[in-house]
Amino acid sequence: MTVLDHRHHTALPGWLPGATAPRTDPAPLLPDPAPVRVLGTPALEKYDPALLRELYRRLVVGRRYNQQATTLTKQGRLAVYPASTGQEACQVAAALALGAQDWLFPSYRDTLAVVSRGIDPLEALTLLRGNAHTGYDPRAGRTAPLCTPLATQAPHAVGLAHAARLSGDPVVALALLGDGGTSEGDFHEALNFAAVLQAPVVFLVQNNGYAISVPLSAQSAAPTLAHKAVGYGMPGRLVDGNDAPAVHSVLAEAVERARTGGGPTLVEALTYRVEAHTNADDATRYRNEAEVAAWRERDPILLMERSLRELGVLDDALVQEAAEEAEALAARMRAEFHAEPELDPMSLFAHVYAEPTPQLREQAAQLAEELAAEAEVQH
Amino acid sequence: MAQALNSALRDAMREDPAVHVLGEDVGALGGVFRITDGLAAEFGQDRCLDTPLAEAGILGTAVGMAMYGLRPVVEMQFDAFAYPALEQLFSHVAKMRNRTAGRLPLPITVRIPYGGGIGGVEHHSDASEAYYAATPGLHVVTPATVADAYGLLRASIASDDPVVFLEPKRMYWGKAEFDPAVPVEPVGRAVLRRTGTSAVLITYGPSLPVCLEAAEVAKAEGRDLAVLDLRSLVPFDDETVCRVVRSIGRAVVVHEAGGFGGTGAEIAARVTERCFHHLAAPVLRVTGFDIPYPPPMLEHHHLPGVDRILDAVARLQWED
Repeated sequence: MTVLDHRHHTALPGWLPGATAPRTDPAPLLPDPAPVRVLGTPALEKYDPALLRELYRRLVVGRRYNQQATTLTKQGRLAVYPASTGQEACQVAAALALGAQDWLFPSYRDTLAVVSRGIDPLEALTLLRGNAHTGYDPRAGRTAPLCTPLATQAPHAVGLAHAARLSGDPVVALALLGDGGTSEGDFHEALNFAAVLQAPVVFLVQNNGYAISVPLSAQSAAPTLAHKAVGYGMPGRLVDGNDAPAVHSVLAEAVERARTGGGPTLVEALTYRVEAHTNADDATRYRNEAEVAAWRERDPILLMERSLRELGVLDDALVQEAAEEAEALAARMRAEFHAEPELDPMSLFAHVYAEPTPQLREQAAQLAEELAAEAEVQH
Repeated sequence: MAQALNSALRDAMREDPAVHVLGEDVGALGGVFRITDGLAAEFGQDRCLDTPLAEAGILGTAVGMAMYGLRPVVEMQFDAFAYPALEQLFSHVAKMRNRTAGRLPLPITVRIPYGGGIGGVEHHSDASEAYYAATPGLHVVTPATVADAYGLLRASIASDDPVVFLEPKRMYWGKAEFDPAVPVEPVGRAVLRRTGTSAVLITYGPSLPVCLEAAEVAKAEGRDLAVLDLRSLVPFDDETVCRVVRSIGRAVVVHEAGGFGGTGAEIAARVTERCFHHLAAPVLRVTGFDIPYPPPMLEHHHLPGVDRILDAVARLQWED
């Protein structure tokens, strides 16, 4: 695939010289209107079979993770879970497109991307379980906390990528967003900063059709979300978000481009949220079953399984192996989450400031007294 | 004060290559108040970065820079221009240490020129300290002397926690010379700027000179007012404030922001809770009105002046 040269300057006739002239010919920045597809095309044969098997394995384990987490919400073991069922290809490919030194900036639906990055699957769930905000060490795993306010992590990705580049480190930041997030001001400010600073950052918008209940048609009037890149002076790419090798290759190319000084890229992955927004949502109020059924036919695991079997890189042994790994993870989730977590109330005061203020010391002492009094009553 | 702030930035950047300044017009222009004058020339545009005009983007970018180990110093051009960045400030800057159980502290200093008295049109004169002080995870600091402008800014940049650094913009051009030899009290300690026995005026930032002037006038009228400069709203120096109030027995809190839900309400409540039996009168507040900041030709009616302060002092149930 060709790396787009977005710095290609063209002097258009009729423009005044200097600052008013367009800096970039927009044509190379525009996304190809047909989303990139790999599964079911001859391009698949060029892919590393080991990568394809790894993508498949992670899809299967990820699907089970989504299902088990959703079940745990019904049992009251998780406070909430925004499932990425049907979007696993985006999540898995996002993590696999990054190197160990790169940073991932996930939003709240991206737990699976975090897990696929190598973070412990249970530590990745503490936010949604309700026992801690971030259960993993962001620095060790180079993965920012799951971000709940929409798109606010996007400028963080830009700043980190910018700082890394200033330090001379070949680090790329990948920010994950949803279609709803593209309406937020922080999304636009992040894209603009990234393009102006030429920061080594990639934005992946998982367009799953709905921002809670609002369909994309009521969210954006742009031809595609990838088109939004052009206005900022960066390339936009469109990819089939249910085609794991396609997402991986488009992201890997964008990551490589960023790493070698080519600046940021906006990628839109077309996918679908087959489950409700969260366990607390009733999706039947805003969409019909026929639409969901049509997307179930385009399930990322089904597509992958069909193509890989045809190609001869997937056999029953791998299917069995992936299923067993998935069940083992689900069993571990059940075992761990059915036990009550050990929580230390005094940890409330531990990380507000580097040094607690005198006011927090007083309040910590108050809580300690309350706890002592409770313990007294229980004895 | 502008020169002291500029020196603080320059010295911090010289001593620590991790210190980066970013904001609107901070480069070639040196900031609209010239606080960053000469920094881009000395340290290059990477370390004194003219950003696109977008406050959430500036502060959000600073968050990522701090996550990678830099010490960003953000300039917000005017107090009310910081509001687009409040989500970044409240949801991320203030909380990142807590969200990550101490693993991602954010050593960011957010410099905000604040307050009125310079004849600015709307959106250029807000006193917004109560919003910041009410947000756990932020330090809130405001200098009222030239020495503090230098010392508190150096301390803020050196802090491993985010600091909202409020610069009283009407004091930028004060006549006091900056003397680096003047020692600076640490952040979090209030300083008695004037001793007195009749009542204590508790204040900070742009209201300090007004209180000192009021104390001069009161002296001519036979009242001996102490003036306490808080310097830091978070952390708050309960110890010094209570010691002074207990020894004098009468207190007035003075600030230019509106009174309702303002820092004066918090201070009066804290003092009352802790010093009730030492008080000879209720703690009074002298503040701006609870109105959007007025047009500049009317601002002198809004800002607490000497007369309003002395009227409050007179209402402290004098026995003499």
